[in-house]
Amino acid sequence: MSARDDVLAAVRAALRDGDRPAVLVDRAYRDRDPLPAGADVVDLFAERVADYRATVTRCAAGDLAATVAAVLDGAARVLVPDGLDLDVPGAVPDEHLSAADLDALDAVVTRAALGVAETGTVVLTHGPGQGRRAVTLVPDLHVCVVEAGQVVRGVVDAVAALDPARPQTWVSGPSATSDIELDRVEGVHGPRRLHVVIVDPAG
Amino acid sequence: MRVAVMATCLGDAMFPDAPRATVRLLRRLGVDVEVPQAQTCCGQPMVNTGYLDEAVPLVRTTVQAFAGYDAVVVPSGSCAGSVRHQGRLVAERAGDDRLADAVADLAPRTYELSEFLVDVLGVTDVGASFPHRVTYHPTCHSLRMLRVGDRPWRLLSAVRGIDLVELPRAEECCGFGGTFAVKNADVSVAMGSDKARHVRETGAEVLVAGDASCLMHVGGLLSRQRAGVRTLHLAEVLAATADDPAGVA
Amino acid sequence: MPRTFVGMPPFPVAAREALADPQLRRNLAHATSTIREKRARVVAEVEDWEDLRVQAAAVKDDTLAHLDTHLLALEAALTARGATVHWARDASEACRVVGDVAAGHGIDEVVKVKSMATAEIGLNEALAERGIAAVETDLAELIVQLGEDLPSHILVPAIHRNRAEIRDIFRRRMSAAGRAAPDDLTDQPAELANAARLHLREKFLSARMAVSGANFAVAETGTLVVVESEGNGRMCLTLPEVLVSVVGIEKVVPTFADLDLFLRLLPRSSTGERMNPYTSTWTGVTPGDGPQEVHVVLLDGGRTRALADSYARQALRCIRCSACLNVCPVYERVGGHAYASVYPGPIGAILNPLLHGVGSDPTTDSLPYASTLCGACGDVCPVAIDIPGILVHERTKVVDAHRADARPKAEALAMRAAAWGLADARRTGLAERAAALAGRLPLGRGMPGGRRGLTWLPFPGSRWTGARDLPTPPAESFRAWWARTGRDEGPGVAGGREDRR
Repeated sequence: MSARDDVLAAVRAALRDGDRPAVLVDRAYRDRDPLPAGADVVDLFAERVADYRATVTRCAAGDLAATVAAVLDGAARVLVPDGLDLDVPGAVPDEHLSAADLDALDAVVTRAALGVAETGTVVLTHGPGQGRRAVTLVPDLHVCVVEAGQVVRGVVDAVAALDPARPQTWVSGPSATSDIELDRVEGVHGPRRLHVVIVDPAG
Repeated sequence: MRVAVMATCLGDAMFPDAPRATVRLLRRLGVDVEVPQAQTCCGQPMVNTGYLDEAVPLVRTTVQAFAGYDAVVVPSGSCAGSVRHQGRLVAERAGDDRLADAVADLAPRTYELSEFLVDVLGVTDVGASFPHRVTYHPTCHSLRMLRVGDRPWRLLSAVRGIDLVELPRAEECCGFGGTFAVKNADVSVAMGSDKARHVRETGAEVLVAGDASCLMHVGGLLSRQRAGVRTLHLAEVLAATADDPAGVA
Repeated sequence: MPRTFVGMPPFPVAAREALADPQLRRNLAHATSTIREKRARVVAEVEDWEDLRVQAAAVKDDTLAHLDTHLLALEAALTARGATVHWARDASEACRVVGDVAAGHGIDEVVKVKSMATAEIGLNEALAERGIAAVETDLAELIVQLGEDLPSHILVPAIHRNRAEIRDIFRRRMSAAGRAAPDDLTDQPAELANAARLHLREKFLSARMAVSGANFAVAETGTLVVVESEGNGRMCLTLPEVLVSVVGIEKVVPTFADLDLFLRLLPRSSTGERMNPYTSTWTGVTPGDGPQEVHVVLLDGGRTRALADSYARQALRCIRCSACLNVCPVYERVGGHAYASVYPGPIGAILNPLLHGVGSDPTTDSLPYASTLCGACGDVCPVAIDIPGILVHERTKVVDAHRADARPKAEALAMRAAAWGLADARRTGLAERAAALAGRLPLGRGMPGGRRGLTWLPFPGSRWTGARDLPTPPAESFRAWWARTGRDEGPGVAGGREDRR
């Protein structure tokens, strides 16, 4: 017998004791608001992103380009993925750059698929405007633009909105470790700086 | 209401002041208590060490001894927990449906002392007087198996003259753990030593808990350390009055 | 040579050695108290935490009850998305699959995401035998690997090391493995983390193959999930051409939507954060993004043995958060090495006997007894595993496995004798009277409160009296007191006493 057949047979033998009734899962938790009563979803998102030592800037739609330029603070080598829909002067496109090429960059500017207020998380699904996974990983500064309307209340809403067929990266603050005496230190292998720009709706 | 006291094997043989104080306290509160003479041990030491077969006759003895009472009051969180939660395992092991029924019948009638006082009698001020500095260790099985919560603390708070001080890291296990205390004596002593240190930090004269077993362990360490702290069962403090200050006689 | 857990002594012996190390005690006390507080704070934020635990347990139980169906669905979904699925009955088969993939590409160095499954199967050692170096990229795993040490915690395998020890390991050992640590490295955590960043960056940028585990595998879609903090996981899952993930068969969840429970429960239980810095999901091969050759090894490795235990199979709900370790007073004092497994602490004390079986290895058999049954572990478990209940259940299995022994242990004889004596109240009363007589001997010394206490007993009583006084038996048992006076004692019982008996 193959390993596959053996493992499946062992699973079936192990479960022979019962009639395998379905165990009911009560999904009422999906209807409960994960946020404190009265909390503003975007305010809380901004607060909780900042809790994990990401920098947060909020701006009006019309000020986005200037805000991003200020955030980049003169970073010399900036990458922008296709479909960013934002003018970043001097930025280079992602043209089959190797990991070493990416390592030579200072920063990357992307958009996100959504933001999660409950946890202060931005989620990338690596489509247009977000770049393939490596481009938001290797450069040391990740500037991530999130529209206020993209912020969902909780993890439940985020999971429901996302397409599992797409690769996803959930980012909550910059790279961090607690491996030394369980003290949290920001900045290990991923971007050591995460700057989230929240674009408030016009007017 | 017919109320029986379960002395527990340890209370009966080694720490009779705890069940005696339980009897005295309940009588003072107007409860007509009985002590079934057929009782011995709930079987917990065997169950928790893995000796289920050996526990069968003890569970049988226990359900027979306490048949017919409306309430069984136990001055021990872990023994009450064993009666409520472990008897079923033993009956299943014995393959004895009648024993299983008897166990299921006894479980909801069984109360740890503070549960009986607060939930059944509805009292938190039991009229006790104990003018001493006291700290309280909430034992694991009363806390996490029975979920007695702050009932013992509320009972102690109402005692006249008591100087009740919080024990640092109170909810951490003292390290007794039944046969753990000898099978893993070194770890048990390490945990107990930390508990004893926290007790000494409070400056209390008396360490109180609802389980004689945990008190035997921590008290044994405190005695060895000549810490000058005595241990008393919760029942002994609650039984003490201005007229009968010993509460332990 | 790295140490291994093989041949380690039973828990009480290993624990005694660990207890003798005051530095270890301090490191563990500091680390576990830090993480306990963080966890408590973020768990308190979630009002329906208890319900989430119950529902997550239900999802896992339902999955386990239909595990064969879900595994086949997972295999089909992965295959449809361009992944190659392998099955492994045991550790050596899983190691062989990983080694074969590397060898097939002529690869002699792989980068690794922290993974309990690959630690469990001893992958690094197996690859080393084939001339393939496995580079641990999680900071704590790197500390353990460079120190030729053993992991002692599920989340933070180097929890037994403090910052000064870590600096020493980096300074002495990093150069042999690649980029050396800076000469002026201090013991500041930020500097230590940066040294690891520089050391590993060249590994990431040149790696051709990565090995990972998975926190979750979604049957319906073939999506794998890795939850991490440092970004080493993202590096491994993104940059190399070839990715092999070793996944225990119990990691399956039915649907992507089910993650809305686990992604809330795991980070808060594990690192004490609302969300860990990085969670990566991938579904087979994504053209133009990440590894273009993806393998998944589905590992049994004793899981079907655990599954066959209809009560204890709930241990397979475990999502490896390590909350039970952090609250365990036994773990806090002895650390992880005494459990002789990559799975230490309360979950290790049940998982190892369940995966390997009991009755043959004294070290495994000692693990269910490595607990006071205080219940703290069960209370924090995010998937509501009844760890104390399973500890007792596994103890029963250990005892039963030895019932037919030709020479029963002293403990078994003592339990039988005690059960005989306690089965009948008259026998108990006689024993108590004998003890009371012995208690009148002028032994020991006074204890606070007036009792006399024994300060010395011969073995095995010395296990008690080594550090604890033991009160001598009272002059009168409760039973004897009741028989003598109890029925008539006390005020306030004038009525009703006559018809009591």
